[in-house]
This record gives sequence, C-alpha cells and structure tokens, in this order.
Amino acid sequence: MYDAFVYDAVRTPRGKGKADGSLHEVKPIDLLVPLFHALKERQSLDPAMVEDVVLGCVTPVGEQGGNIARIASLYAGWGDTVPGQTLNRFCASGLEAVNLGAAKVASGMEDLVIAGGVEAMSRIKMSSDGAAWFLDPLVNADTVFIPQGVSADLIATLEGYSRDQLDAYAAASHQKAAAAREAGRFEKSIVPIKDINGLTILDHDETVRPETTPEKIAGLKPSFAMPGEMGFDVQAQRKYPHVERINHVHHAGNSSGIVDGAALVLIGNHEVGERLGLKPRARIRGVGSIATEPTIMLTGPAPASRKALAKAGVSAADIDLWEINEAFAAVVLKAVNDLAIDIDKVNVNGGAIALGHPLGATGAMILGTLLDELERRDQTLGLATLCVGAGMGVATVIERLN
Amino acid sequence: MSIRYEKDENQIVTLTLDLKDRGANVLGPDLLEPFAKMVDELEQDKELKGVVLASAKKDWVAGADLEYLFANNEPEAVMRLTETFKVLARRLEKLGKPVVAALNGSALGGGLELALACHYRVALRNPRAKFGFPEVKLGLLPGGGGTQRLPRMIGIQTALPHLIEGKDLKVDAALKAGFIDAIAETPEDLVAMARTWIGENKYVAKPWDKKGFRWPGGDSKRPDNAQMWAIAPSMMHQKTRGNYPAVKNILACVYEGSWVDFDTASRIESRYFTQLATSQTATNMINAFWFQRNRINKGESRPKGFEKRLVQKVGILGAGMMGAGIAAVSALAGIEVVLKDVAKSGAEKGKDVTRALVKKRVDRGRMDQEKADQVLGRILTTDHAADLQGCDLIIEAVFEDRELKAKVTAEAEARIEADAVFASNTSTLPITGLAEASQRPENFIGLHFFSPVDKMPLVEIIVGEKTTEETLARAFDYVQQIKKTPIVVNDSRGFYTSRVFSTYVQEGMALVREGQHPRAIEHAGLEAGMPVGPLALIDEVSLSLIHNILSQTKRDMEAEGKTHEGHPGDPVVTKMVEDLKRPGKKAAAGFYDYPDNGKKHLWPELGKHFPLAADQLSQAEMQERMMFVQALETVRCLDEGVLTRVADANIGSIFGWGFAPFKGGTLQYINDVGLKTFCERAEALEAKWGKRFAVPQRLRDMAAKGEIFQ
Repeated sequence: MYDAFVYDAVRTPRGKGKADGSLHEVKPIDLLVPLFHALKERQSLDPAMVEDVVLGCVTPVGEQGGNIARIASLYAGWGDTVPGQTLNRFCASGLEAVNLGAAKVASGMEDLVIAGGVEAMSRIKMSSDGAAWFLDPLVNADTVFIPQGVSADLIATLEGYSRDQLDAYAAASHQKAAAAREAGRFEKSIVPIKDINGLTILDHDETVRPETTPEKIAGLKPSFAMPGEMGFDVQAQRKYPHVERINHVHHAGNSSGIVDGAALVLIGNHEVGERLGLKPRARIRGVGSIATEPTIMLTGPAPASRKALAKAGVSAADIDLWEINEAFAAVVLKAVNDLAIDIDKVNVNGGAIALGHPLGATGAMILGTLLDELERRDQTLGLATLCVGAGMGVATVIERLN
Repeated sequence: MSIRYEKDENQIVTLTLDLKDRGANVLGPDLLEPFAKMVDELEQDKELKGVVLASAKKDWVAGADLEYLFANNEPEAVMRLTETFKVLARRLEKLGKPVVAALNGSALGGGLELALACHYRVALRNPRAKFGFPEVKLGLLPGGGGTQRLPRMIGIQTALPHLIEGKDLKVDAALKAGFIDAIAETPEDLVAMARTWIGENKYVAKPWDKKGFRWPGGDSKRPDNAQMWAIAPSMMHQKTRGNYPAVKNILACVYEGSWVDFDTASRIESRYFTQLATSQTATNMINAFWFQRNRINKGESRPKGFEKRLVQKVGILGAGMMGAGIAAVSALAGIEVVLKDVAKSGAEKGKDVTRALVKKRVDRGRMDQEKADQVLGRILTTDHAADLQGCDLIIEAVFEDRELKAKVTAEAEARIEADAVFASNTSTLPITGLAEASQRPENFIGLHFFSPVDKMPLVEIIVGEKTTEETLARAFDYVQQIKKTPIVVNDSRGFYTSRVFSTYVQEGMALVREGQHPRAIEHAGLEAGMPVGPLALIDEVSLSLIHNILSQTKRDMEAEGKTHEGHPGDPVVTKMVEDLKRPGKKAAAGFYDYPDNGKKHLWPELGKHFPLAADQLSQAEMQERMMFVQALETVRCLDEGVLTRVADANIGSIFGWGFAPFKGGTLQYINDVGLKTFCERAEALEAKWGKRFAVPQRLRDMAAKGEIFQ
C-alpha cells in the first residue's frame, strides 16, 4: 500500500442552475477545461504524467455524455496519452471519484491521477438520463421508489425535526457561506469562468443569499406534499408502517440548490510528488462506501463515515472539521445526531443549501473546501461525506499535512 | 359454421361471426380455427377490395373464452392461445386491404382488441352496447394487443386508465375516447358506412407500421411521461396495495412496449398475460367473480319447484337509515312501497333518501324527471299499520330490540295476507327467536341488508328453523328483483357475515391489547387487502354498539346456561367505552380523533393506555392473523351448517364486508394458501395466540385427502 496524497484541488464557482444562472451559457466541457488549465499552471504539471482522469457525472447524456472525462482532457490540450472515465455514484460521484483515484494510487496501479466531477444542471436536466429505478414500473414498485424529498421528509418525521428547526439550519447555512465568501475563504480553490475573450462570466458562488433568515423562508410551500399525497407517502409507509402521516417540511429554501459547476483534485503517491516537485497538502486516510435502506434513502452519511473512520483508525471525536453535504437540512441533522458530533464543527462555511449541489462535482468540491479550511484553521483531520440516492453513502477522511 | 363468408359484387367480403352453440361470440379455438382459414383465403384473394367484420349475435364479440382459458391454464397453452389470436389479428391488420369492424353491440376485452386491429370501427347507436377492457377485474390484462394498440392510438397517459380501471364506455363515450371512429344510427347505416369507408380507403396501414411513427402524446422518454412513470406505481399502490398483479403487469406492458416495435411489444404483452392467466390471483378472481357469482345468480341456492314470483308491494317497518335505503332500492326496481314509521314525519325523512338518490341521477343525466317522479310516486309514507294492507312482503327494519320487533311484527301481521312473507332486517338477532313473535313462522325469514343499502350489492338471506322453502324462494326472488346478490345462510348468532366480519375487528383489538403499534395494525389490515383498517372500522361501527352486543351476548349465553368465553379483544372495548369514554366516530372520539377541520388521525394517547410491547410483530404475521381468523370462522360456519355453499361464503365475504377480492373470498383464501400449509400455519398461530386459530377437523380431513373448497 502506498499513501495517497492530495496535491491540489480546484473548482469552478457555482452558478444558479436555471436559464437565468450565470453559467447557463457555459457548456459542461467548458466548465472542466479551465480547471485542467489551472491545475497544469498552478503545479507546473506535465499532463503526460497523469495516468487517469476519473470524473463523477450523474446525468451523462447529451453534451455531458459519452465519457466527458477523456474528451475534456483532450480538448484541454493535455495530449493523446491521458485516459479518462466517468462514474456515477449519484450525489457522491465527485467524492467517489476521489476515493477511486486514491485507491488507484494506494494500490500502486497508478502514480498520479485526476479525480473530480462535473454537472451542468441548468443545461442537462436532472434525471433526464432515465433510470430503471423510477421509469420501469415493476422495478419501481418492487424496490419501493420514492423521490428523495419525500425520503427527507420521512427522516424529519421519524426524528421529529420541526419545520422551524430545519429552516433555522438552512438560514445558518446562508449566513456561514456569506461570511466565508465575504472573507475570501473560497478564493484559494475557485477558478473563475471566463468567456472566449477572457472576460469573466462568474467568479463566485452566486446562490448564497446573506439576507436569508428563518422568518423569510418560513412561508415557502413544502415541495413534496403533493407528490406525497399522490401516492409516495403510502409507498413510504410500506416500509415504515407505524408512520401515520409524513410531515412534509422540506422546501426550496432548506434543500440543496440546483447549480452548475465542476471540480478537479490532483492525487498521487509520495514518489511522484518528489519527482515532480509537488507539495502534498493532505493524505487520504480512509474511505467508505456503504448502502442502506433505499426508501428512506438519505441516512448513509453516518454509516459511511463510521466505515471511513474505522479504515483511518480514528474516531468521530478525533475529527476537527466535517463536511456533510446539505442535500436536505434533515440529512445533516440526522447524521450529526447519529454520529454524536458537535454541529459547530460541521459545514463551517455553509453548504449546498446556500452554495448549491452540482451533483457529479459536489463531492470533490467539498473535499477541497474541507482541505482549505483545515489549512486556514491549522487543524488536522477532516471528514467529507454525502448521502446518495437509492440508499447509499460515501465518506472520506483526510489528514492535512504541513 | 361459426363464421359466415359472403362476397358482394364490389369484391367486399363480409365475415359474420356466429359461434355455434354459444349465446355470444367468445374468442377461443372454436372461433379462431375457422377464422384462420378465412384469413388464409382473404390473403390470397387478389380481387379483394376490403373486409367487413360483423356479428350475428346481439353483441359483437364478448371477449376471450374464459371457460377454455380456465381449463387450459398451463403457460404453454395460454401463450399459444394468445399468440394464435394475435397472429390472426396482425394478419388482418397487415392485409393491405381495409378491414372494418361493424359493431352492432358490445365489443369487450378480446372483442375490443379484435376491433382495434381493424382499420376502422363503426358502431351502431345501441344504448346497451359497451366498449372496454374488463380483464383487470378478473386479474387479467388485455392480452390481445390492447395494451399496445390503444396507447399507440390515443397516447400512453390517455390509454392507461382505460386499461387499468376496467370500466366500459357507452357508444358516445367510446367515440370520444377514440375506441371507435363513427356511429351509425341504424343497422343498415352500419353496413353502408363500413362499405363506404372501404370504397374510400384503398391502401391502409396502421401508423405504427409506417416509417417515422410518432407516439401521440409522446413516447416514454418525454419528460411528462417519464414523470408519470415515476409516480404511477405509487398511485397504483395507493389503490391496490400491491395486491393486484394485473395492474402492475399492465403498466409493465405499456412501458416496456413503448421502447420497441409493435410485434416485439405484442410478444412482451403475451408473456405478461400468460403470467397472469396462470396465476393464483386470477384463479381466485375468476373463480369468485365469474364462476361462483354466475352460480349464485342462476339460483343455485334457491329451492327448486317454486315458480318465480315478483313482489308487487312491499311494506317497510321503520324508516331509519336501513329502512329508508330498502325503500329506495325497492322503488327503483319498480315495486310499490309502504314506508311506515312511528310518525309520518319520520317516514317522510326516510323517503328523503330516495329523493336525494333520484335527484343525483337526474342531475347527472342518468335518469329523466318523469322516471324520477314515478319512483317517488311508488313510495307511500305513513304511520298507520292499516296502510300495509295488500303487501306481499314486509321488511321489518326497526331497532335491534326483541320486544320492539315482536310488537311491530304482530301489528303488521294483523293487516297482511296469510301468504305474505315477513322478513326481518336484523344483523345480529337470531331469526328463529324473532319468528316466535310471529303467527306464521313458516313465512318468517331474515333479510340482512348492508349499509349503505343503495351501494352494497349483497343481501344475506337467513333461513329460520321453521322457514319454508317457498318463503326462501320468494325472498330470493325479491333480492334479485332489486338487483342484488343473495346468499343463503342458516340461522345462528351473527349469521355468517356479521359473525366472520367481527373476527377481523376483534383480532385488531387483540393486537391493540398486546401492545402492537395501532398504526401498524391498521396498515396490516389495509395491506392484507381489507378495505379499511380494523380500528377505523370499529370506530365506524361504534365501540358502544359493540359493547352493547357483547353485554347482550353475555346475558343471552348465561340465560341459556352457557358460559361466555369472550375474546382477547373484548377488554379493549370495555376500557375504551367505560374507562376512556371513547365510543367511536359518532362521538368524534374512538381509536381515532376526528378534528372538525382536518383528517382523522389515531388518538395520540392510545400509546399511554395500551403501551407498546417490546416485541413488535411483523406486518406479515399481523396480516396472517387477521386473514386466518376470518377464514377459520368461515369453515366453522360450514361445519355448523350456517353456510352450505362455498360460493355463498366467498361472494358473501367479498360483497358483504370487502374481504380481499384478489383472494376470491374467505374459503378461496384457504385454497390460495394451500390447505396443508394453511393447517400448519393455523396450528402455529393457535400455539401462540389461542384456540380461535384451532383447525377444524373438516379442514384437516380435506387437507389429508387433497381436496379444496369449490
């Protein structure tokens, strides 16, 4: 086994994932290319040394389809010799790419790889790639499919989280993200997206709203009450027969935002770093992918974290900072509760409720955010984790170096 | 010959379907074999200009030959039959010459599918004619191309309800839905329009047989269709609780068929059809809703040798909810009604039920005002017993109180003819005992109606000790006269339906007492296929009523010198009524709370009074208990002679209290489980939960001999 080091991490800003979002005019491949350029430049990297590009992409169709990893590196001018692949672990694809990259390095299979992800959600609609899971009626019925929002509401119902509690958490996410942005804490990793003339299109995360308060989002209508009533609630009750009524508490304001974005992480072993003069920023200490009950779907972060912690040989109490993806407010509260950790160490710079969740990229993005913050605070251990569709969870423990 | 071939001077062939020795054209080998020969001939006929498919029966084609299907339900045989039909339909569809269905009457199921394979459909304006896919009601799916042609004709989302709900359409609605293309006003027009269309359309092909076919309403990839597919199984589950595989298979046929060409899709449909046709669920449903219901309707349980007699004038004593409902259905069936109550105003209030009923029909255009006035004109409201003069049937529907019943019986008998039938609509009191108040106990019988009377299809006829066969025959005729299904049972406490139904709700209360989660109990009842959870049902019936019945039964038993053993659920009733003052829905306080503005929900304090047990049972175990207890009690009813026919047991359970229709009734449930397995499971339940699960000897004997209930 070799140590897998993180040598660098870069990301795009996140643009609102709708037609009026700043990055809507940018093709998914053009979210990736500037990141390839940035890595090459920041690390004076010889691209020919890179042995694989592993990118998460959850809706790999159209201009985002057909293995965009290989094509993006080609188009970025990294030459003919860099292979690429995409993978789909739903919402944790970006972190899974990091873990797979780390595994390649740790096993000795490869010395230097790029991991990351991309999702242009304003251009390629979520779920537009179809799925046996929800399209095929037999599969759908037998596996008790319900949409994630209903799952999140189910978690809130079972755990007794009130709407107020979730709204307060959501507003805090905006406050923290706004403060971080204001203080320039994201700038270390962000690569601004520019047009063909070099004019800046977007250089900051644009969905953060510092003015958000619990009161302001208290009036938003629950997003999943109607689909729940149409039949999904009854499906959920098949698995949770003692639940009489699902409390629909999630809405646009306390769920993750739909955004466009991409991220890349440079991972390699010690030897290649020495050879190329790269300075390791962190060591990947432990990873975990798990699956659990698919209907409640979003309870994976705690067991995934426990697995990664065990692999790393540390305990939850040893972790200085946590990034738990804010898919829905209840998901974070549930994970914090299950892991019995201090919520003040979680998502200290806000999360996807404020910043957005570009599905295939988010995992790699929050890993970078975590590393930046460990460095800024001069702390050591961090854990990033995400809940994943169909009941999965992925986690990564990193140890900041120097 | 079952098919007549005629060719006219314009080279148009008319094939007239006329299945030999059968009242209706049904699709089976007897029709399909000659049909295949005809199609051979048509394909070779170079002069042919077109084909008209007609029928010599009063309906066009009634559907598949269920008897044949039921007798040949091995996968290979079903697949062969299905494909044989579909190959024929497809050859007609691809004949290259116009084929027109001239629909003189109903085209249902396979009949409609044959029509859809034609290029054009003209239907006669026949008010009786029905068009639709009833397959799902028998646990089947439209396996003759219906799940493929209809969505390709009218769109996926538009087609699905027609395929899944099993509703049929009258001719105008069928035109609007796109099942048919035109309506002919007369039989002559029907033929003329068919021929005209052939004359005007020489080269015909279905859209899906042409290049560049586009789905009306888009294919399964289109976002709104994709969204529909994501939620459709959940919407179905809300209705079916996953107990009707036909619904799932129909969704699968339409979905999977939408990705491939027609012929592949058609073969996929055959496979899903075959799976259903050979399934236990279809066996259960066809058995109950086809064979056993037919046996009942044909009068299997009506004594022979008595001429059918229609009731001319019925006297109804008591204009409460039941009496009022009985008056309504009687008047609607054309019977003169005398509705008597203590006060005229009470009787008038009872008549309001009929008024509301006919008004609704008039408002919806399903009845004209004249007919409505006639119906209302048939009901005489009164407070005088003298008005009962001339009634040939009396139905007593007063409170469940022996003395009151005896009083009104004597009062009425003083006025009516000696041969008039006297019926009591009691749901609990033994008929033989009530008949003691009668001068003519041989004319005395029980007619147990269900509430709401106008909606519930069943009447339980209870034969008392002295009731004559003739009285039974006349009661049976009356029940059919008011278009309800009669089952015949012998006298006993609770008869059949109330007695077995109550085991279901009692089991629910036993579970409450054991500390099972009330919501999980309700869920188990619903998922087992019962229409309402046991606790909600008890609230509807009212805990106080059950409390009264329990006390009465206890007193009666003790008076007879027997000991009342009681049920483990009984203390829950006592506690709810006496200690917690929660008598049921009427008081807005039972197992549920009934907030003024909002949905009912379980009383939050239940957990305090019935603390949750550490050991929470699985849904499967609770469901098994609720269903087994009903099946076992039904077997006991057979043993005691309360029931004498399997059909009565099964149909009575489904139509009477909504026992899981997909199981085909309480006795068919045992067949479904398998008698041997059922006995083994029941023994295990008895060991754990007590002797209400004890296996009757008859069941053991049947299991040993490999018999089933039929």
